[in-house]
Amino acid sequence: MSEVIGWFADIGLNDRPHVGGKGGSLGELQRAGIAVPPGFVVKTGAFERFITNLERDFPVRSRIEALQPDALDEVRACCDEVRAKVVAAALPADVLAEISAAHSVLCGGAAGAAAANVNAPPVAVRSSATTEDAVDASFAGLQDTYLWVTNLQDVLDKVRSCWASLYSLESVTYRRKKGLPEAGVAMAVVVQKMVNARTAGVMFTRSPLTGDRSVITVEGAWGLGSSVVGGEVTPDRWVVGKITGEISVREISDKHIQHLPASGGGIEDVPVAAEQRQAPCLSDAELQALRAIARKVERHYGRPQDIEWAVERDTNQILLLQSRPETVWSAKEAAPVARAAADPLSHVMSIFGGQKK
Amino acid sequence: MNTPVKTFPVPSSLKVVPGTERAQAAYPYTIQFGPGDDERFWFYNSMHFPEPMSAFDMVTAEAAYCALGSANTRVHCLPTTLGIDHRIINGRVYIGGNAVTDPAEIARRTGEFQKRAFYYYENWERLYDQWREKMMTLIRDSQALPKPELPEFEPLEHVHAGRGVAMNHYLLDTYQKTIEGYFRMWHHHFEFLLLGYGAYLTFFAFCKKAFPEITDQTIARMVAGIEAEIFRPDDELRRLARCAVELGVDAGFQEGVKADDIIRTLEQSGTAGQAWLKELATSRDPWFNINVGDGFYHYHRSWNDDLTMPFAGLPDYIRRVKAGESLDRPVGKLQQERRQLIEDYRELLNTDEERAAYDQMIKLAHRVFPYVEGHKFYCEHWYTNLFFNKIREFGALLSSHGFFPDTEDVFQLSHYELEMAIIDLMTSWSNGSAPRGPALWPKIVAERRAALVEWAKHDTPPALGPVPDVIDDPAIVMLWGITRESLNTWLSAGANEGDSKEVRGFAASSGVVEGPACIVKSVEEIARLRKGDILVCQVTNPTWAPVFQKIAAAVSDIGGSMSHAAIVAREYGLPAVVGTGNATSRIKDGQRIRVDGGRGIVTIL
Repeated sequence: MSEVIGWFADIGLNDRPHVGGKGGSLGELQRAGIAVPPGFVVKTGAFERFITNLERDFPVRSRIEALQPDALDEVRACCDEVRAKVVAAALPADVLAEISAAHSVLCGGAAGAAAANVNAPPVAVRSSATTEDAVDASFAGLQDTYLWVTNLQDVLDKVRSCWASLYSLESVTYRRKKGLPEAGVAMAVVVQKMVNARTAGVMFTRSPLTGDRSVITVEGAWGLGSSVVGGEVTPDRWVVGKITGEISVREISDKHIQHLPASGGGIEDVPVAAEQRQAPCLSDAELQALRAIARKVERHYGRPQDIEWAVERDTNQILLLQSRPETVWSAKEAAPVARAAADPLSHVMSIFGGQKK
Repeated sequence: MNTPVKTFPVPSSLKVVPGTERAQAAYPYTIQFGPGDDERFWFYNSMHFPEPMSAFDMVTAEAAYCALGSANTRVHCLPTTLGIDHRIINGRVYIGGNAVTDPAEIARRTGEFQKRAFYYYENWERLYDQWREKMMTLIRDSQALPKPELPEFEPLEHVHAGRGVAMNHYLLDTYQKTIEGYFRMWHHHFEFLLLGYGAYLTFFAFCKKAFPEITDQTIARMVAGIEAEIFRPDDELRRLARCAVELGVDAGFQEGVKADDIIRTLEQSGTAGQAWLKELATSRDPWFNINVGDGFYHYHRSWNDDLTMPFAGLPDYIRRVKAGESLDRPVGKLQQERRQLIEDYRELLNTDEERAAYDQMIKLAHRVFPYVEGHKFYCEHWYTNLFFNKIREFGALLSSHGFFPDTEDVFQLSHYELEMAIIDLMTSWSNGSAPRGPALWPKIVAERRAALVEWAKHDTPPALGPVPDVIDDPAIVMLWGITRESLNTWLSAGANEGDSKEVRGFAASSGVVEGPACIVKSVEEIARLRKGDILVCQVTNPTWAPVFQKIAAAVSDIGGSMSHAAIVAREYGLPAVVGTGNATSRIKDGQRIRVDGGRGIVTIL
């Protein structure tokens, strides 16, 4: 298998060291029979080759390792410098060739290495961290996503930007504080077909408010999901019984803007038409379809999930953009609600015995 | 947020509506507010007594609280509570619990409770079988009571048989047995009730803790029986609809045609018509002994007394039979769904330890629930119908002797006064003088009827007196769903209620529907319901099941999410909001409303 490129169909969570959490999860979802936008991962092997190449004249890792996490100005200056080098450095030829070829395949042959500036079907380029900490510390939140990237040259630039995000002030400070070795630091990058979302958002397979595992909380807004994830729109919010499908909460918000693809690539804020602003962005049938998907994903992983989803504008197909383990409630050690009793009747004393204050 | 004022008006600040003082005085001294009552917390029992109570109907409160208290205080010895006191003002029944707070006393009562209640839980099926037998004996005894009559002369056969005791004595005998039977019935009613609710609530509380956002209706669905007695009346109607089609007499069942007219036509339509009427008679005894309310008012008549309600459902059922639809409740499928629901929630629990506790609790809940669901048919419906109808016979007798103009007037006398009136009649029959009652009662009856009309116009506070810090009385929490939180809601309500477009209640059955409201305050109005209407009524009840096929949603003033109404609405897949308190007065007939049964919100559009 290629050390540079891994297609979703060929990878899973076990490949995480080479394809990162996001990439592994997308592969895993596809294997579980969940619809995800087609794509591939630029594996850590590509990054390794790139950074090795770069370090011939600019040692990156040793510099970072020498930093004291408290010397903020020094860290900042070093990070800025490293990032500037990363985004500007040329790709090794074999890496360039493989990414270009994969992009061309993904875009149905519409673009190729020879036509770097030609408009191609839009893709999303997203960083996919390999560190196990992504689970424990929501480290993934510190990484980047680039939407609506419409030509190969931009794809290549965004891949480098994702790599560069490893050297953001936050990431580096975090690693230095934890004393993590730089040798283990690598970044995979997901390149996948962009979903032209009519509606998109997130869902949790437990309640973020109470941790209840019997409900699914869905949040969504018009357009691309970035407006929801980025907190730029107050999304509509539903609470759906995981088992019953009962919709117990419906909060329809005033969704004033939506993220839509901009004509020159990237996305832009577009005001939502007056009659749409306070209309629910999902139908009950779509909520039920999301519920079914959420149950399937949760069952597949065996634990509560935090999911990003989108509804394709033209086909109304629901696609998952990401699924990761829920971390907040899962980290809490809850005392058992009740234990089996030697005399089953003694349970009634919780009602008849008076309130325990 | 403003901190709500921590007190309700005290009882002594509540005034009897001017001009109704004598009607108020008709209620027994034991239940008039008096000294000491201002120091206690009371709440208006709008769940059971949503309308002003006539003097006679108060017998239900008296008998029920007497029996409830015995079960809690003396029989099962609930650790933290004794019985419930009740008071009445302006026809409204207020109740207050008697909490046990001394830890030593709670401990002592806990020991007693476990010896008694646990025995019941352990022997539940046997005791419940025995209970049904006792109830049937009680019902048969009540049915065997003679109709009260006073012929001019003692019948000759009585004389020749040497009976010795004259007929007037049997008026008192029958009356006292009638009252005695009613008080006895309420003891049976409470024999299992609190224990049943307690076991159910144990499971309920576990679910709420394990799944904080689970809806009440989901828990109810896990526990509710599928073949409970309460579904039978509606099942019988479906059966009758099928019979009508099979016998070819279905053409007579048209919407808007009165039940009496249909029956008359069938009587004259040969053997097929008579065959159907025979089937009707089979269904009527006992399954039409179900009344259209909760059984606490004499005017909540049964299907047997007034066939309007059941017959209103027949045309639609017949239409569906003819369309080839199966009207059978899919019992097997419902049972399978219930099993699946229980299994799916079980799987979501965190540990096997929790699953083991869950299994223990739901097992007990399933064990007790047939009683919780089934007792109502025997007690509040069947027996209560017999009881009120027997009193009605005394009403007819007294009315025919000039005590008051109308049979129904009898319910304006308290049960103590009624005994006096009966003795008056017995005495006058024996001594040949005119009874004294006809000069006394007509004026009093008119006055009390007027007072009931007047009282109904006045709102009454939801609660009285100081708010307790905690509500730790399982009876009050279980039967009335009153918690410290609900009291806070009451305290902060009222101020903004006037202009709000929202009416809130319990989420009983999910779904969102818009449509015109049809306010149905009495059975006579049921005929007004059109397809797609949203039924807005005071009490929904399984007897209303036949109309559920017509309506788009249901809203009620009274009822909880585990009420039978909620169960029926869920079976029909209709959104329902119950226990709103005042939907029938806040929503106007014909207004367009939106019912969100999943959230328990009705919006006036």
